[in-house]
This record gives sequence, structure tokens and C-alpha cells, in this order.
Amino acid sequence: MAVNTEPNLNHLAIQTEALSRIYKIRGAKKGELRERVALEEVNLSVPRGELFGLLGPNGAGKTTLIKILTTLLSPTRGRAWVAGFDVVRESEKVRPRINMVSGGETSGYGLLTVRENLWMFAQFYGIPSRQAHQRIQTLLEMIGLADRANTKSSDLSTGLRQKMNIVRGFMTDPEVLFLDEPTLGLDVQAAREVRAFIRRWMDENPNRTILLTTHYMQEAEELCDRVAIIHEGRILACDTPTHLKQATQHEAIFQLWVDPEQALNPLALENLPGVLRLHHQWMNGGLQIEISLAEEGVLPLVIGELERQRAHLRSLQKRQPSLEDVFVQLVGLRMEEVEREHSNGYHPDPQE
Amino acid sequence: MSTVMATTPIHKNSGWRLFLQTVIGRAYPRVIGQQREKSWMIFEVLLPLINVAAYVYVYRAIGAPEDYVGFVVIGGAMIAFWMNVLWSMSSQLYWEKEQGNLALYIISPAPLMAILLGMAVGGMIATLLRASAIIALGTWLFNVRYVVMNPWQLLAVFVLTMVALYGLGMMTASVFLLFSREAWHYVNLAMEPVYLLSGFYFPLKNLGFWIALGASIIPLSLGLDAMRQLAFRSGPSLGFLSVPLEIGVLAVLSVVFLVAARWLLKTLERLAREEARLTENRR
Repeated sequence: MAVNTEPNLNHLAIQTEALSRIYKIRGAKKGELRERVALEEVNLSVPRGELFGLLGPNGAGKTTLIKILTTLLSPTRGRAWVAGFDVVRESEKVRPRINMVSGGETSGYGLLTVRENLWMFAQFYGIPSRQAHQRIQTLLEMIGLADRANTKSSDLSTGLRQKMNIVRGFMTDPEVLFLDEPTLGLDVQAAREVRAFIRRWMDENPNRTILLTTHYMQEAEELCDRVAIIHEGRILACDTPTHLKQATQHEAIFQLWVDPEQALNPLALENLPGVLRLHHQWMNGGLQIEISLAEEGVLPLVIGELERQRAHLRSLQKRQPSLEDVFVQLVGLRMEEVEREHSNGYHPDPQE
Repeated sequence: MSTVMATTPIHKNSGWRLFLQTVIGRAYPRVIGQQREKSWMIFEVLLPLINVAAYVYVYRAIGAPEDYVGFVVIGGAMIAFWMNVLWSMSSQLYWEKEQGNLALYIISPAPLMAILLGMAVGGMIATLLRASAIIALGTWLFNVRYVVMNPWQLLAVFVLTMVALYGLGMMTASVFLLFSREAWHYVNLAMEPVYLLSGFYFPLKNLGFWIALGASIIPLSLGLDAMRQLAFRSGPSLGFLSVPLEIGVLAVLSVVFLVAARWLLKTLERLAREEARLTENRR
């Protein structure tokens, strides 16, 4: 008797089961092929109506996961379902239900106006022209691009172009929307407007689902109902931002600004008993130290060591743990440090 | 204003309506967008005309029959279609990949075959304008005389040639889905030999039977030959095969190329998805 192995997906927008992707990369020598694991045994369940965040540095596997879920890439192992359908076997059923917007994308045609580009993409989803034009107008007004509707897209700034892309993705009212670094390269104001638009769209209909990838901690914290932290193709943690941060709440995190008379020896600080992690950087003529302690009682030891090194304390502030702290606790490095290693050739392949 | 988004249900067509909408949607940038760059008049009309003029003067200098001038003008116009198929069909999916459009085409419910057909139809319409301009200017400048006994047959040959030619373009576009930057080189490689084998500037017959027969796989060769036979007094005597036979071969080529394009597109899209070539160029 045949056994039905399909999971019950009615309430799930996205599910993955032991999803893995291995890239074969051409080596320097002729015929040489190397393997790079981009995703490893990823298990995710995203219920309908959730704004789910995938947080990780560049090269972590976020984009690979999105490509598999949007039917652009086959997994090497494992399975994935979107809107209840298998992304490999039933890709033609997945596609009408999804859309995707990537940060920094240059899609569309520069010779067409914003309105024409959006109309063109609406045709690919079978939206009748009149309805498409109404919807385009509404969304352009909402995102503040209506006055540029008849501008050629090649004449748009990066921020305005990304707003056009956002409209393109939202215009088809997908059941599941994939946003891959949607605010990448945007200035603060444009990024804020895009985030507000995303939140508003979610609030309007409880059945909409978004999977958002970002390497901006603040964005994940501000927008997402739940966040998965991904590093080197593996999901390290997955929970609400509040719960994730609670896991690090036993630590006491302080920010100190000091004026050192001589070069500071951070190693001496790090080696103090009870000091878990330390990060320092020069800022506005002073040294900013961020230090995680096992308990507050360790702080006098730190201040004593600073005085011994002739570093005068200008100010001190205790701060609440952030997702950045969660990431550091899980990976052992700050996200920017991981990205720096990545860009220095730590990973063999610059693409995700 | 925001309630419009949530409360207005979107109607989405599927099946043949979606197919048709996709074809029109993808043809639109070709037809409208390209006309916005006025430089096409120089690059795609005046420059080919200069080439045509060179052959016209050679033929007149050596005292060739006057119909040869007309052959060259028609050949010069048909080159526009070949260039369009090469640069805007075959390698187009590579450029779409570079631009980020290919990923959006794939994730949409639109059939890729409809996208390709839209590119073909749009390219054909846009190029028709250029080709017509070349014929009109060439005819006027070099005083070409046409003797068209059967305009409907001439139109049928032209349409069939276009279907076969753009079918070939759709087929090669599918193959190029797997290619990255080398696509550019292959396109370059295919340009000049086809100028020769299609007999753009001379009667196909002059290539000799076997070479002309081999060249017949390029729809332009037989299409151009049949059009010359139908448009000029000395055409039939300089033709390679009879017009009905050439029409038959063109019809077969049309079906073969379109069926092959459909099969290749499906197969190569699956392969490209497995090998991660739909969005990245090299792995």
C-alpha cells in the first residue's frame, strides 16, 4: 500500500525538509571541480501570515535558499514546499502564487517608463491591462513614486528604481513574497519608506506571507515576526526576535567610550575573568568599546584595567541585547567580521 | 487609499490568455522601446545602405544585369532580420540573465515559450520598419524596378521566411540559456558566414548546388531566393530551386525549429536550474 509522505501544508506558506545545495565550482586547473556547500540540511516552517526573516552575512546561503524556494534552483538534496506545492515537482503551481524583489536589481528595460515596465510585468501574471493600470497607480501613490510614473526607468536613482521594483513585486498580490535584501544600497530615508510599505502591506491582509533576507540586524528586528539566523548554509537559531534576545539576556552588555593616553591593549581586557566578548573601534576621536560580561560584577575589573592602561572613561552605558549580540553568541564573530573574512577570500566562492 | 490593495481581488488570467498577454507584454519593449532611440536610423538603416551601395557600384562597374542591384537591396533589407535574430534573439536570454530579468521571467507563471515568442514578434515588427526603410531608400536611390506577378505568393514567402527564421532564433536562444559570456563570441562567429551562405548580395545559385543545399538550413537563404524569383524579371532564371519547393522546405523548417525550440527550452531550463545557470553565469 502506498504511504503518503507529503506533510500537511495547509497552514504553512513555506516548508523545507533537510534542504541542501552543493555548488560545483570550476577550479583553476582545467577540468578541476570543487564543491561548496551553500545550504546544509535546512528545516524551516513558515506559517501563512508571517513576516519571516532570514538573517545572515553575505555568503551565508540566504540567496541560495530564496532561489530554491522561487523555483530558480534545484536543491541537491531535501525538499521544499511553497504555498503548499513542491517547488521542484509542482513549480508551475508555485509560480502564480509568488513574487520576488531583490536589492539592487536592475530588472525591466531602461527605455520604458516606470508605468510601462510595471504593466509589462503585470502581463506575465495574466493581470488584465485595466486592472493592472489601476493597481500600478495605487501602489505608485502609496510608495511615493506616482510623480515619476512616466519617467524612463533608466533615469531613476537607485532608491527610486528600488521603489519601482518593490511595486513590481507587490503588484501581483502574491501569497508568498520573497524579499532578498530589499533595502540594500538605499539611503536611510528610502530604506525607512520601503520598510514602512512592507509592514503596511502585511498589516492589510493576514494571509500574506513574506520571507525577507537581510544582513541588517535592525531591519530584521523592526519588521520580522520570527527570525532565523543562518551562517555557512546552516540555520543556527530560529525564533521571535524577543525570544532570541532573551537567550543572551543573562549577559551584561556595556558600551564604554574612553580616551586612551597610549595604545590600548584589548587582549588584557578580554582575558579578564568574566569578560565574554569585546569589540572596540575608534569613533569621533575616542575609542568605543562594547563588552559582554558574564555578570555586572565584572565591570569594576574592566574599569580598573582601563585605568591601569591610562584610558580615561568618558561615558558608560548598559544596553539591552540586540540580534547582533545573538549572532555573535552563535557564531563567535560579529556579522561585519564574517563578511570581511568572506571578502578576503575566506570562502572560495564570492557568490552565494 | 491603502484599502484598495487589500480589498480589491486581482483577477489573473491563465492558459491561452496568459500566453497571449505574455507575448504582447514582451513584444512591447521591442516595438515601442527601440523606437525611442533615434540612433537606429543611422546604425540600422544608413550603415546597411552604405554596404548595399558598395555592391551596387561593383555590379554596375562590371556590367552585371540590372536586376542584381535589386537583389542587393532586398538582401540588405533581409540582413536587418538576421542581425535582429542574432543579437536580439539568440543571445538575448544571456543579456536578460545579466540584467536580472530572466529570473523574474522564470518565477512568473508566464510560459518561457511565450516570452521567446514575444521577443520574436516584437523584434520582427521593429525590424520590419528598418527593413522597409532600407528597401524604400535603396529603391529610390538606385532606381530598382520590381516585376511582381504574384504579390500574395511573395507575401506568403516573406511570412514563412520570418516564421522559420525567428523559429531558428527561438531555438538558438534556448541553447544560449546555458551559455554565459561566450554567447557573445558565438554570435560574432555566426554573423559573417551567414552573410555569405545566405547569398545576401548575390544569387544563392552561385554557391554551387551542394553548398547552396547545405545553406538552405538557414531560412534566409531559401526565403531570399524565392523572394528574388517572385520580385524580379530575371529572378526565376537565377533561382536555386523552384518557388513551390522552397516554400515547402521553409514550411518544414518552421515546424522543425519551433518544435525544437519548445523541447530545448523545457530541457535546458531544467538543466540550467540543476546547474545553477539561470541566475549565475559561471559555476
